[in-house]
Amino acid sequence: MIRPQPARLITSVCDRQALTNMNMITAEHLSKQFGDVRAVDDVSFGVREGEIFGFLGPNGAGKTTTINMLTGLARPDTGRITIAGIDCTGNGRATQSLFGIVPDESNLYPELTGFDNLSFCAALYGVRKADRGNRARELLKTFDLNDAAQRKFGGYSKGMKRKLTLAAGIIHRPQILFLDEPTTGIDVNSARQIRRLIGDLRQAGTTIFLTTHYIEEAERLCDRIAFIVAGRIVQIDTVESLLQPLHDKHIMMLTLASPSGGIGEKLKAAFPALAFEAPAPNLIRVEAGYPIQVGPLVRFFEDQGIDIAEARRMRPTLEDVFIKVTGLGTEAMRKEKGAGGIGGGGTGKGRGGSGGGSA
Amino acid sequence: MKQWIAFWNILLKDMRTYYLKPPNVSWGIIFPLAWTGMFFIRSGAGMDRILTLIPGVVAVSILFGTTSMLSVTVTFERKSRSFERLLAAPIPLNVLMLAKTGGAIVFGIANAFVPVIMAAFIVDLSQVAWGAFFTSVFLIAATSTFLGLFIAVSVSEVFEAQTFSNFFRFPMIFLCGLFFPIEKLPLVLQPLSYALPLTYGADALHGAVHGVHQMPYLLSLSVLCAFGIALFAVSLWNIKRKWIV
Repeated sequence: MIRPQPARLITSVCDRQALTNMNMITAEHLSKQFGDVRAVDDVSFGVREGEIFGFLGPNGAGKTTTINMLTGLARPDTGRITIAGIDCTGNGRATQSLFGIVPDESNLYPELTGFDNLSFCAALYGVRKADRGNRARELLKTFDLNDAAQRKFGGYSKGMKRKLTLAAGIIHRPQILFLDEPTTGIDVNSARQIRRLIGDLRQAGTTIFLTTHYIEEAERLCDRIAFIVAGRIVQIDTVESLLQPLHDKHIMMLTLASPSGGIGEKLKAAFPALAFEAPAPNLIRVEAGYPIQVGPLVRFFEDQGIDIAEARRMRPTLEDVFIKVTGLGTEAMRKEKGAGGIGGGGTGKGRGGSGGGSA
Repeated sequence: MKQWIAFWNILLKDMRTYYLKPPNVSWGIIFPLAWTGMFFIRSGAGMDRILTLIPGVVAVSILFGTTSMLSVTVTFERKSRSFERLLAAPIPLNVLMLAKTGGAIVFGIANAFVPVIMAAFIVDLSQVAWGAFFTSVFLIAATSTFLGLFIAVSVSEVFEAQTFSNFFRFPMIFLCGLFFPIEKLPLVLQPLSYALPLTYGADALHGAVHGVHQMPYLLSLSVLCAFGIALFAVSLWNIKRKWIV
């Protein structure tokens, strides 16, 4: 098991004060143990006001446990939590009026209608009756759930449930929103709509703490990202800064007309300066520290009797950074994916993922 | 003010979602009716004995109604994780749990009045001390509900809630003086009777309905009240310890 070192340690009182002052959420040296399992291990980070902070890692990495500690649903064994300047380490309820939560499961009441669920959730935050109705109608419209407003939540599709759960999380207009795997296991259209709404919330100034195991989603939505593996944060930075070391990297994806079969050794011998990887039987990923010439590669494969159907230049992505930093293959993340992965479409920041021109 | 908006809406939601559902309403009527019939058949008594039967039927109806409903509904919400939504809301834990138990207390009180309403058509209830009766009913309902909460916090599955409820309910029915007078129980069991909350509730009800009771009202109702407070406090402590881990 990889036991990475924490990315940053807060050592002095001055550091702590500075961190608390500029952040909406500050976590310092949080740890949590369940039996023999150390779910969260000395985790420290700060989330700035108005940003989307991504918490990226495979299942079991400690994402939900961290959210539970931040929201008062779990007590940290050690460490300190400050939200909006309020120390809520020993009293999770102190700041609960400031934030909304969208848990990893859509946990609204199956017996209540969509409208009644939203009204009830607003009442939990003390919203008055007239305001509850107006706000519920507004959100049902925003989330395209008007037609299902009077249907019971138990009869909703997975995507509709997820959207209504997100609506319930923001019914009281919170300053901070905790989103735990908001698009996991839902259809592409619903996931796209949820990502667009997350972008809108950010534009409106909401501070968002987002956990996900969709690397592309984190790359598109987040201002800053923390990689968490085995309960420890291995790196925190802006997406741009995380990608910076890979800017000089050149990647090309070759799609072969037929499976390449054991030509790996021949490729390495013919192009010793290039690195090759076969993510699928008919795919070859080529990587180099300089622009890759496609001509010699095409000629090589022709000599082997294999046609190249497509040669696509790729930009380095967060996925490459994740692999480099954590040492984990992206299979660790991919194997848990449902249908909700990035399927294109607009998001809050609209940054592109992998891609580029065909060569 | 905000927390009372939450309190009221949690109570209303539970009433609508659980307690006013047709199966529960019909159960609330049939169950006391069945208990009344059972008491009649067992005792072979005539209509003149109805007044002495009412306390037992009322107490048992409340006990079963409240403990079953609360332990099952809370366990169900825990399983479906919708209870997390309540724990994450800005409501003090004691207010939240009072709201969750409030619906069951009202349901228990409503259950208690089913046999009373039926009896009103058959016998004269003018001798009933209604103040003492209502106070007893309320305290039995509250204490039984908090017992249901204690059970709900102790289990993780709905079926466990029912099994564990019976562990408390059946000894209580047999030892609280409803079936057999406490003084006629084996000597070794008598102290156990006085360790059960329903003993005090049943005694107060007997006093309120037909004027015969072993302990002063103040003592019975105070002990019942102490049981209720203790069960609620232990349940809150267990929730903090087990559910906010």
